[in-house]
Amino acid sequence: MHGATWVEQAFNLACGLLLLTAVGALWRRETSALIPILTVQGGALTAIAVMLAAGHPDGGQAVLVAVVVGLLKVVIIPLLLRRVHRLVRNARETRPLVNVATSLLAAAGLCLLAYAAARPLVAVAESPTARATPVGLSLVLIGFFLAATRHRAISQIVGLLLIDNGIAATAFLATDGVPLIVELGVCADLVLAVLVLQVLTARMVHTFGDGDLDDLRELHD
Amino acid sequence: MTVLVALGQAVLLAVLAPYVLGLTRAVRARLEGRAGRRLGQPWRDLRKLLRKPPTSPSDASLFFVAAPPVLLATSLLVAVAAPFVATTSLAGEADLIVVVGLLLLGAVALALAGLDTGTAFGGMGASREMTIAALVEPTLLLSVFALSVRVGSTDLAAIVTAGATDPASVFTPASALAAAALAIATLAECGRVPVDNPSTHLELTMVHEAMVLEYSGRDLALVEWASALRLTILLGLLANLFAPWGVATHLTPVALAIGTAAFIAKVGGLAALLAAGEVLAAKLRLFRVPELLAGSFALALLAVLAAAVLG
Repeated sequence: MHGATWVEQAFNLACGLLLLTAVGALWRRETSALIPILTVQGGALTAIAVMLAAGHPDGGQAVLVAVVVGLLKVVIIPLLLRRVHRLVRNARETRPLVNVATSLLAAAGLCLLAYAAARPLVAVAESPTARATPVGLSLVLIGFFLAATRHRAISQIVGLLLIDNGIAATAFLATDGVPLIVELGVCADLVLAVLVLQVLTARMVHTFGDGDLDDLRELHD
Repeated sequence: MTVLVALGQAVLLAVLAPYVLGLTRAVRARLEGRAGRRLGQPWRDLRKLLRKPPTSPSDASLFFVAAPPVLLATSLLVAVAAPFVATTSLAGEADLIVVVGLLLLGAVALALAGLDTGTAFGGMGASREMTIAALVEPTLLLSVFALSVRVGSTDLAAIVTAGATDPASVFTPASALAAAALAIATLAECGRVPVDNPSTHLELTMVHEAMVLEYSGRDLALVEWASALRLTILLGLLANLFAPWGVATHLTPVALAIGTAAFIAKVGGLAALLAAGEVLAAKLRLFRVPELLAGSFALALLAVLAAAVLG
């Protein structure tokens, strides 16, 4: 990275943060730790959107997209998640399907997979932002993994949000700006999905009481 | 001249190592509100032990006798080859893979010696040490690979030289991740607090102490000295790879003097930081240790990926 400009450094830092927070979400067992991690990730995503908007010919719309993304990922989603978290306080992933050490190694493998899969994409558009596409793809894969292997409802919501962050990051990095209308639609979808999941979680907690949802279903059978 | 510098560097590290250990203990004692012992106390202990003849268990074989010299020899070899004070010492000999291999050779020798005694604790310690080593050594390799991607060489001297001549290039997200991974690997490799507690002999948790339980006299002195040397080596590598200021890139007396002073200051600072961290942190449950180490491995891999992808 010889002679990298300040903007490039900040861009790389934001991409590094995206990856780090994704792994951090797998690492921590306490569900309360997931919300700050996700907020930081949303912040990093917003920073990427802002930096791309700054160098965009159609600046106004791109800035608006960045603002929408920031509002959603840093303010609204964490707020909703905190409400879900309040239903089940001090929840921990006591027994994930894949233990934490293995899932961290799996995350490393998924990152490699994303890197390998994104090579043709990177080869098509050789720009500094397109080179970071594997970061977005690995976020998607780690999100799937998190949603697939955890028992807690809130962990699965976080997995879904990781997937969405990954898709958004890929869209920002691989294309030359996302149209405002598309981004608005995606955001509305996401808020709706989280709201539905929140209602669902509330119903589950109401019916089964506090605890591990999978175990409780086995008990009632 | 390079040979002289390399030997001088090894002597410096060998002399410094017990003081580094003494410094961590002194800082820890001070922070816990105890008076603590003097910095030179580990050296006094070593001198006392070196005068006493060793005893060995009746069932022990050659492995038990050979392990302390092997451990010390591998550590000294790393101290000769790797760039601590000057980057030009034995240029081209300080390949990363050789250094990690030498460190692993010492660890394996000690683990074999632990098994060789035939006691329950020795075998337990050896098994734990190998579990940890299996996760730590790849992390050590990977975290430095993240830096070597930029330089295009696994030669430690080349990496440190590149960092020393262009300090701005060290501060990238990739190297921050790699530094975190290497720091965790260093803690695990040296048996420091979150992984192992060097100041207890509690059978439920001890790793390093369990392996060396049967050693006494001269052999114990060699083992302790080598452990202190490994701590100094890893702290020195951590300091020089991620803060390569002051390392002598050419062999003038002034540069060497600055390099020595900078090395002592950096290692001293890191050792004090380590001790301060140990006061605040608690030891992890043994079954949580692989989690921490797998996390550091993932960090190291992310660092390599970030270095390769983001450039």
